[in-house]
Amino acid sequence: MADIKVAAYICKGCGLGERLDTDALVKIAQKDGKVPMAKTHDFLCNADGVAMIKNDIANEGVTHVMIGACSRRAKTEAFHFPENAVARANLREGVVWIRPDTDEARETTQEMAEDYIRMGCAEVKAMTAPGGNPNTGGSKTLLVVGGGVTGMTTAIEASKTGYPVVLVEKSGALGGWAGMLYKRTPVHEPYKSPADTGVADLVSQVMGDSNIKLYLNATIAKTDGAPGRFVVDIATESGASHTEDIGAIVQATGFTLYDMNKLPELGGGKSPNVVDQAGLEALAKTAAAGDGVIRRPSDGQPVKSVVFVQCAGQRDPTGTHLSYCSGFCCNASIKQAMYFKDTNPAVDTTIIYTDLRTPGNGEDFYRSAQEKGVIFTKGKVAEVVPNGNTSTVKFKDLILGDTDAAMADVDLVVLATGQVANSGINIDAVAEKAEEGVVEVKPISILNLTYRQGKDVPQLKQGFTDSHFICFPYETRRTGIYTAGPVRRPMDIAQAREDATGAALKAIQALENAELGRAAHPRSGDLSFPKVRLEGCTQCKRCTVECPFGAIDEDEKRFPVFNESRCRRCGTCMGACPVRVISFENYSVNTVGAQIKAVDIPDEFSEKPRILILACENDAYPALDMAGMSRNEYSAFVRIIPIRCLGSVNTIWITDALNAGYDGVMMMGCKSGDEYQCHFVKGSELGRVRLSKIDDTLKTLNLEKERVRDLEVAITDIERVPDMINKYAAELVAVGPSPFKGF
Amino acid sequence: MSANTAVAEKYRNNFLKEIEEQVEMGDWVKMCMQCGVCSGSCPTNFQSAWEHPPQELFMMIRAGKREEVLTSSSMWNCTSCYNCIVRCPRKLPITHIMHGIAEYAHRLGMAPKMQATRFFSGLFWKNATKTGRVNELKLSMGLYFKDGFVQGIKNGMAMQAVALGLVKAGRLNVMELLGGHKCKDQKGIQAMLAKAYEIERTRKTAKLAG
Amino acid sequence: MAKHEYAFYPGCSSQKGASASNYLTSVESMCKTLDVKLTEIPDWNCCGASIGYAEAGELPRHVLNARNFALSEQHLPGQEIVATCAACWLGARETRERLTHSDTLMSDTREALKEAGLTINEMPNIRHMVEVLIEDLGFDEMAKHVVRPLEGVKIAGYVGCQTNRPFGVAGESFENPVYLDKMVEMVGAESIPEYEQKVTCCGGALAFSEPEKAQAQIKDIVESAYDHGAEMIVTPCPLCQANVEIYQGQINKRYGTKFDIPVMYYSQLMVVAYGGSAKDAALNGQVIKARRLEEIAAKPVKR
Repeated sequence: MADIKVAAYICKGCGLGERLDTDALVKIAQKDGKVPMAKTHDFLCNADGVAMIKNDIANEGVTHVMIGACSRRAKTEAFHFPENAVARANLREGVVWIRPDTDEARETTQEMAEDYIRMGCAEVKAMTAPGGNPNTGGSKTLLVVGGGVTGMTTAIEASKTGYPVVLVEKSGALGGWAGMLYKRTPVHEPYKSPADTGVADLVSQVMGDSNIKLYLNATIAKTDGAPGRFVVDIATESGASHTEDIGAIVQATGFTLYDMNKLPELGGGKSPNVVDQAGLEALAKTAAAGDGVIRRPSDGQPVKSVVFVQCAGQRDPTGTHLSYCSGFCCNASIKQAMYFKDTNPAVDTTIIYTDLRTPGNGEDFYRSAQEKGVIFTKGKVAEVVPNGNTSTVKFKDLILGDTDAAMADVDLVVLATGQVANSGINIDAVAEKAEEGVVEVKPISILNLTYRQGKDVPQLKQGFTDSHFICFPYETRRTGIYTAGPVRRPMDIAQAREDATGAALKAIQALENAELGRAAHPRSGDLSFPKVRLEGCTQCKRCTVECPFGAIDEDEKRFPVFNESRCRRCGTCMGACPVRVISFENYSVNTVGAQIKAVDIPDEFSEKPRILILACENDAYPALDMAGMSRNEYSAFVRIIPIRCLGSVNTIWITDALNAGYDGVMMMGCKSGDEYQCHFVKGSELGRVRLSKIDDTLKTLNLEKERVRDLEVAITDIERVPDMINKYAAELVAVGPSPFKGF
Repeated sequence: MSANTAVAEKYRNNFLKEIEEQVEMGDWVKMCMQCGVCSGSCPTNFQSAWEHPPQELFMMIRAGKREEVLTSSSMWNCTSCYNCIVRCPRKLPITHIMHGIAEYAHRLGMAPKMQATRFFSGLFWKNATKTGRVNELKLSMGLYFKDGFVQGIKNGMAMQAVALGLVKAGRLNVMELLGGHKCKDQKGIQAMLAKAYEIERTRKTAKLAG
Repeated sequence: MAKHEYAFYPGCSSQKGASASNYLTSVESMCKTLDVKLTEIPDWNCCGASIGYAEAGELPRHVLNARNFALSEQHLPGQEIVATCAACWLGARETRERLTHSDTLMSDTREALKEAGLTINEMPNIRHMVEVLIEDLGFDEMAKHVVRPLEGVKIAGYVGCQTNRPFGVAGESFENPVYLDKMVEMVGAESIPEYEQKVTCCGGALAFSEPEKAQAQIKDIVESAYDHGAEMIVTPCPLCQANVEIYQGQINKRYGTKFDIPVMYYSQLMVVAYGGSAKDAALNGQVIKARRLEEIAAKPVKR
């Protein structure tokens, strides 16, 4: 800390020079920012400006750089000084672009800029340049769990890219669900008939690839470590155990069909002539091996009429069965109906559906089935009544409004029951049950992680693994572990293969980043990582419980053990820590706290309120920047500090701000809950839980609850966010100035 | 055995197949995906509520509701505006299918007897093919008198103003009643049409037998 | 020799003393100005129209149209067939499409035609008069002849159904065709492109068989034209013209409206704009008189 030298650079380009008194800003940096070296430049991001900074670093001993120019989101390549601590004062998007260019606005606009200079200087002084994670591992091997189409595709794709693969399959053969199919839905022109599954080809590719090490009849006994240095124990049927060093993991454990025995009203389990889609595939395979005629299981007579019941146990609003649509089953039933029509057009083949959903080129396939004479009836099946060798299907005809429609003497009924993810243990439910004192765990763990938070990757809803569905679909909440295929969401073979390719590439990226000590998404490339002052730790476990990525384990004394390579750098641990011993080199309680304190608070008679905005850097801050780009004006009384995530907000910042005389605090974070948009999945939710307790703090300070506002802001809120600011500013005028000014 | 009983017997439970083989464009019925755009595009469906809009008729055919479909007056509400054809996402020639089902019901003698458009349709074809050209006056008169002489006079009186307007404008010639426009080769036309009917009948019967 | 020559299929309604005789008169005047020669197909017969479906059957309907093709080929070899009536054009064109795509239908048709001593060797092109105007002549050519622009007259372009669907004029949308509006502008009048009833059905043959249903539709068509400030309606279809024009009195009785809006053919507008007389444009053929056009037609021509 002793030999830091800070320099402040103020840009005059992009209209900053015309709109602001930059000389005054230099003086502010020197006087209030206490920066020994402060300069202006006409065009700081051009080669000459950057050379000036580089020269000062090389020859003037500058260690800390404060750039007063555009947003930290702009010109990141020009202002990239990896050896130095760098702070940015956002004078362009944050000041001149959101303020009117008028004489009366000039004073408040200048004050805004001056505060941002003060804040930038304060922030940079509280930072150090991140040194990088020393605790890295360099394994380049990819572990793929599951030998179905997804797993095999992942293995083949990764191997083709040059990375060694360990492929673990629970059963004695590769192929998974697709291996049980007679044929698949077509994926090539003209999309008219069922096609070969392609499984044999994938199997031979895997078997012939020396870069893929295959374990059959094997499970994962233990997964320890972190990206780049996972140590995985593989247990085989013989009882032998093998240990593999792994860089990253792709879990492709697929799905199981929803159990049709739970659907007795649809005849499930009540007659051998009522089957699920797997049952029909088996019948078709048997037929293909013989005379091609699909036969009735009860007596072996050829099937003359078959009814497919779509959405069996799916899209159920009552909560008894699956609430979702599995997406693949309409095409699958169309394909299975063709098994009959292609061998004997005289077989009565009816598909009863409520909404026919045929993704991909399924529309052509659907049309082809109609041409082949498959009858599509829009209806809701109420009951399947088996009687001897046939069944009666009772349904409501949704077009004709006939509630008592029925088809009698049906030889075979096929229930399209949908996909249930094979995702292992629901660790959240286990944690809840453990609290209730219940210990029974039904499903068997897949990864057997040694992580403090549980043995498998977290799930979102209905057993599907959690991932940021918009931005990072394959990323689980365990860094370096990716899910692909139907374990992630219901899907068909074509989608699963695309998933597999995507996950393979993400996994490769993760192990490469891990070796370099860099963060994975969304702060990809970030070299900072959480540092803890253990001597101050009270072993409260909040950080180990709250970390959305299970990055923090506990030692035997219940002190946190950080696994840097598992960390995504969201700072949720930092926000959670009641004794504030967790920090990042470039982001800490101090870097933000110093900025809050650096703002000049005018007295209560000035009629210039001050509002602190803590804005999530993933959504709210870009939305504010874009508001600037669109020249959407907002109040000059706000001072905005970007934060990594709402989860990183330590309540001390809010208390500090209110004590310092700010009139209000706006928290801008992403949507939380099941439909979350938080880039750190749980960060905004955890931040909000903490924030919900702020009312008590306000009460102790004898302040109105209007002084702290929790807001959901999406990246698209370019018009909305200035409006929110202006409304809040007006609201605070009504509340009156903070009583803490001037203390 | 009437024509109707014969086909009904042959196709028994498979009304869709019957429609496919016996109705013009009937093989398109199975391609309907039940979206309802036709029903929503039909001008007469909106104002007078068809009993069964096209989408529903197609579903009824698939469901084997033979009697209900063929005795329905719905098809006869078609104004031949072709909205359904151009909007159908599956490109079904719906207007032609409607005409086709109507023609088939008429052929079997199952279409509603007193349906006005059915009556007019038959009248028009007879009027046009008798001489090779339409006689507008006889056509109108024929329609007015469909329910008997007294009703015919009443209908005619109701239309008197309209007719008078046309006569004044030179667009309705009372002399048409005494002959009017016609083709020269009426004999050829009759022979040609007779042959066409014969061929069509043979083809449909062959399908029924096959 | 004329610039453009076609085999002409006038259709039943265009005959002397028939409901669209004014259409034919104005088309003849228009073609004279535009140097388009129409030669009537000798002994042509009715197209069967869409409404004949109860008795027509498939083959007889196509045979009826095919007879006209055969006569055209025999007497006017190499000429395209032009129809002025939407139903004639549609019926003939549909037959052309079906026969072209089905060998069975084609051979059956030939067999039936033999009975009338006729045959088809080549399938003719079937054109609507507006296609000829737009595609063969073009708007520039049409505009050249305007010597008496219909200035200040606001006209709703009512395209209707069968000129528009299922075939339509190439390049136009089924939901919002604009060629008629362009023709209105071409003759110097004011078009109403936003006229939302421009492709609504007039009820077709139901105007005869079920007048209350058809008249409900006609009411919307006329009402909207009034709402948009139109002084008259223009259409390319004889049945549209008749239905929208002649039932206004009955609609007034049924709905208590005061409709009295003239319904014109595009050819009538063009003849007046081309300097023709009221007689040339067959303005006397209107049941609801187009006084404004009559006034313009009485004015001297600006040369």
